[in-house]
Amino acid sequence: MGSELEKIRGFLRAHGKPEREVYLDLENSGWVPPQVVEAMLPYFNKYGYGHPSITNRRGWEALEALIEAREYIAHSIGARPSELVFTHSGTEANNLAILGAATANKNKGRKILISAVEHYSVMLPANELANHGFKVVQIPVDSEGIVDLEMLASLVDEDTVLVSIQHVNHEIGSIQPLRSIVEIIRDKNKSTIIHTDAVDAYTKISLDVERLGVDLLSLSSHKILGPKGAGALYIREGTKINRILYGALSTQQYWPGVENVPAIVGFHKASHLALEFMEDHVRYMQSLRDKLLEGIIERVDKVLINGPTGNKRVADNVNVSFLYVEGEALTVELSLRGIYVSSGSACTSRILEPSHVLLAIGRKHEEAHGSILFKVSRYHKPSDIDYVLKQLPQAVRRLRFLSPLKT
Amino acid sequence: MSTRIPLPYSPKVLELFRNPRNAGSMEDATVKATTGSLACGDMIAMYLKIDDAKEVVLKASFESYGCAANIAAASILTEMVKGKTLHEAWNISWKEVSDELGGLPIIKYHCSILAVGALKRAIRKYYRHRGLRPGWLPEKPTKEELQAVEEEKFIERLYGRASEGKLDEGNRSRS
Ligand SMILES: Cc1ncc(COP(=O)(O)O)c(C=O)c1O
Repeated sequence: MGSELEKIRGFLRAHGKPEREVYLDLENSGWVPPQVVEAMLPYFNKYGYGHPSITNRRGWEALEALIEAREYIAHSIGARPSELVFTHSGTEANNLAILGAATANKNKGRKILISAVEHYSVMLPANELANHGFKVVQIPVDSEGIVDLEMLASLVDEDTVLVSIQHVNHEIGSIQPLRSIVEIIRDKNKSTIIHTDAVDAYTKISLDVERLGVDLLSLSSHKILGPKGAGALYIREGTKINRILYGALSTQQYWPGVENVPAIVGFHKASHLALEFMEDHVRYMQSLRDKLLEGIIERVDKVLINGPTGNKRVADNVNVSFLYVEGEALTVELSLRGIYVSSGSACTSRILEPSHVLLAIGRKHEEAHGSILFKVSRYHKPSDIDYVLKQLPQAVRRLRFLSPLKT
Repeated sequence: MSTRIPLPYSPKVLELFRNPRNAGSMEDATVKATTGSLACGDMIAMYLKIDDAKEVVLKASFESYGCAANIAAASILTEMVKGKTLHEAWNISWKEVSDELGGLPIIKYHCSILAVGALKRAIRKYYRHRGLRPGWLPEKPTKEELQAVEEEKFIERLYGRASEGKLDEGNRSRS
């Protein structure tokens, strides 16, 4: 049977490298543009590879890079540099926000509200708190994935210590009316701490923590074409929060251990590249998104669009269920054709249940199983979309032919 | 999206996914049986052409709605049963199917169980239609058949749970 290593090598050989490749799995991770890699490289072995809190030149160089990155990223969301903490991922930022804020403020109340479509890195720490004396309530969403505001208003009460509602949904692209959400919460309880997971919003919609009025906001580097290994949490000055990891504190108050300076430098550069001409990038991504979406509807029958249309949908997200096709099989079929995407099918998950986001918007299991998520970027060309639109109908046809569910 | 697990498929799974053998329905099938359900995202139909006198499988084909492993498992099984007596075909275990595929990842075992379940259902159905029950054919359902039923029921339970009232506080909170 061979070792795992032999197996994956054999698999990759059998898969082969398709002549044309279009990577659209930016939900799960992405490539890092050369300018970002170039910015990072010296920090591995030329300068700034020291420890940023140690008193030698290599350390001070690292500190300089860290301060630059913190200033830039903090300002890009309307925050002060002192309010930004670097973590090593979006997952860590969300964990720090949920666990850190709830436990530090439990005298204010024991109720935590989250939306039903949160990323697991919000949902699971919240569920964990439910085992430690907190009460966790999920706020339902409508068929477009938008939080039910009336339900929210009715759920916020004196006991509500923390509300966490993401800004943009990672799977179906719904943009939450975050300002109204914050107003509703503040109206009911001034001392409730409000967190938003903005991992999928950053560089796609403009963010301003003052205008939004949130207390905590999470970001992740690899979701904006930066390197893996860096994330950040905005913590509004005055917000009480507990550390959740213990160790030697570095330059930061909330996250121990040495900072991943090269990744943070890359995060900084990636933010800069994306934000510099953000409006142009967004318009361009919207045009690719709509080309892909409309092209699919035109060419493939029995499909469902998952998530909102128009300006409630983020610029890069296309999520479609291909009925009578199982999504994992379709990702493999598309991979063989050089198109790299992911699915919300049960077959791609450890628990063999389909995406909770798709179920939350009322999709049936069989509809969720056939879902495919595409994310476009400013680097894709219209010809990439043309290639997808040429291959996709063939791929779906082949799998539908194999299916006993003749349509 | 959901909690992810790596799926290191073997080259064999990929080969059969790409060029499945014996895919499609069979016009002159003696018997057809299906396992799984649309809602599970997992469904296999098995078609067998049987020589009644010799009780031998002359040919087999399949249809599959499912992941790559599901398609590969159903396809390899149609190859494995060809020319076998029904008794021999009955004795093929899900593990043998998995081994034949170069070893399925653990969370994909259920694919080969579903394929074997469909085969066993087809064999049972065949004898039931003929009003026979050979001595080797157990009266009680086998593990694979039970598993198929289990999977089909699983989804009813899921739906049951999902429809248990719309996310009201009492239901969702875990205090
Ligand atoms: C909305 C959202 N939050 C959090 C995360 C987790 O970020 P990371 O992968 O950096 O841990 C992701 C990652 O996909 C995400 O999409």
